[in-house]
Amino acid sequence: MATLEIRDLHVTVATDDGAKEILKGVDLTVKSGETHAIMGPNGSGKSTLAYSIAGHPKYTVSSGSVTLDGLNVLDMKVDERARAGLFLAMQYPVEVPGVSVANFLRTAKTALDGEAPKLRTWVKEVNTAMEKMSMDTAFAQRNVNEGFSGGEKKRNEIMQLELLNPKFAVLDETDSGLDIDALKVVADGVNRFRAQGDRGVLLITHYTRILRYIKPDFVHVFVNGRVAEEGGPALAEQLEAEGYDKYVKAATA
Amino acid sequence: MTDTLPAQAVQDAVETVASHLHPVGSFDLADHPVPTGREEIWRFTPLKRLRGVHQDAPLDGDLVSVKVQAADGVTVATVGADNPLKGTSGYVPYERVSTRAWHAADKSLTVTVPQDTEVADSTIVTVTGTGTETATAGHAVIVAEPNSKATVVLQFEGSATFVDNVEVVVGDGAQLTVVSVQDWADDAVHHTHHHTQVGRDARFRHVAVSFGGDLVRMNTTVEYAGPGGEVELLGLYFADAGQHLEHRLFVDHNAPKTKSNVDYKGALQGKGAHSVWIGDVLIRKAAEGIETYESNRNLVLTDGCQADSVPNLEIETGEIVGAGHASTTGRFDDEQLFYLESRGVPEREARRLVVHGFFRDLIRRIGVPELEERLMAAVEAELEATVGLVPAGAAQ
Repeated sequence: MATLEIRDLHVTVATDDGAKEILKGVDLTVKSGETHAIMGPNGSGKSTLAYSIAGHPKYTVSSGSVTLDGLNVLDMKVDERARAGLFLAMQYPVEVPGVSVANFLRTAKTALDGEAPKLRTWVKEVNTAMEKMSMDTAFAQRNVNEGFSGGEKKRNEIMQLELLNPKFAVLDETDSGLDIDALKVVADGVNRFRAQGDRGVLLITHYTRILRYIKPDFVHVFVNGRVAEEGGPALAEQLEAEGYDKYVKAATA
Repeated sequence: MTDTLPAQAVQDAVETVASHLHPVGSFDLADHPVPTGREEIWRFTPLKRLRGVHQDAPLDGDLVSVKVQAADGVTVATVGADNPLKGTSGYVPYERVSTRAWHAADKSLTVTVPQDTEVADSTIVTVTGTGTETATAGHAVIVAEPNSKATVVLQFEGSATFVDNVEVVVGDGAQLTVVSVQDWADDAVHHTHHHTQVGRDARFRHVAVSFGGDLVRMNTTVEYAGPGGEVELLGLYFADAGQHLEHRLFVDHNAPKTKSNVDYKGALQGKGAHSVWIGDVLIRKAAEGIETYESNRNLVLTDGCQADSVPNLEIETGEIVGAGHASTTGRFDDEQLFYLESRGVPEREARRLVVHGFFRDLIRRIGVPELEERLMAAVEAELEATVGLVPAGAAQ
């Protein structure tokens, strides 16, 4: 049983006009086995939350804490967070020219395990992970995300999620830009990950569409840099019907 | 990233640069006064480190040994300076060092690929320096006769002060790859000029690889002997602390329907590492229907490095298919590093992967498998030197 705990998290980003506060006191607890949906309008700070947990250098934590089983995540470097069990599926996965998917995955797996994977079983594992995401195994020889379509990039992210199998996954708008078939493939992958029973998921999304395929245990409405409302799956249905207007108005009032 | 110029239509890419793009050549040393360092073609070069070869230092040393591994079907010979092949590329030196080298070289190495002969294996010429005390002059001619196909690799190793000219003649319809690997010891100084004449419908690929040496200054020039010739000029360099690696290219589109593609990539690390890339392309009035693109990308790995990158395009006709250039010099891409690190890859390893990737695509285009492996290993060895010692904040 593991716990990812975020307490009163304040995060700023540098702008031409000085530091701008994006997260204004986020409180959130995700336990293993739970799926939390974070829903909110554009610009509410959802992605900032995702990147801050992962440790992107662009974001500065001004106060608050993020702990994983009591360990201070904010003290860890980006790679140490991954090795501690965190994973971020990015909204815009980055192209890495000249680095093949196979090489990248093997390097990541080696770093996470502290030893190189056994070649024979590893190739099989990679191929299986790709097939599950309806990816041609030829993808392994292509450069990371280079020339991938939007849908291929997202499938590549979830393929890594299954293969690297972290304790907690933060999925940053993994559903955006996907057609319904690709969305199902991606949702199936996330559901297989959840089905292990002891994995935590923080599912960040703008739309309720993906929640038809991935059923959250908790829904948090994220507005203006903090959680404005919390509830069960029914809250998502209410948001689908009513939108974010009343929360946005309340936050700016 | 600085100084990024995307490929662009020729109409808005016109830069009129004074005639230094095509300086008038001369074999007469009197036409080439000792440079002061203020001349356009010398302004990036630390003259003091040239050991006087740009002045009047003797060039009569014999401090290199040459080893030849000729592929079946290729003839390699050492002949006198009066051999009829010398000068057949149309080369006329346009600065003092190369002019001096031209006159000082008392021998020529000739590499001949006979007409209609296709050779799969590479012909490898290894030049090993045995001392830097006296400068040594060299001359070579590589001739790919019409409709032949071959690869010639020049390898430079050891310690030397070496000045040379390499002439290349690619016959009509021939396909030739020339690779020049400057893998000198740390104290070598190498000034060289490679000039190529590309025949009608011929294909020429030139690959410059510079890793070693205190100072390497390489001029690579290309002209066409007829329409339809295609040229690819690839380059890869890795400048370490104190190293000066200079590559100067000039493609003279003097014939219609010719093509050129220039792609140079370099990495720099350590205090005083200096790279210079000059990419000159001239499209003459006669050169209708040509296509040219040139690119230089530099990856700066540590503080204290300098990468100079100057693309020049001079266009005398607008009746062309396309012309463009790009030049970028940048630090590590933080987003790439973040992506790799977010999967658990430590920063040092992430940097290694990114540099590896930066060069990999270019190396794979060389088309000489055994060399590709060696070059990846050489990149690896260079990286061992300092990547990872860079503080985390240095990339921002």
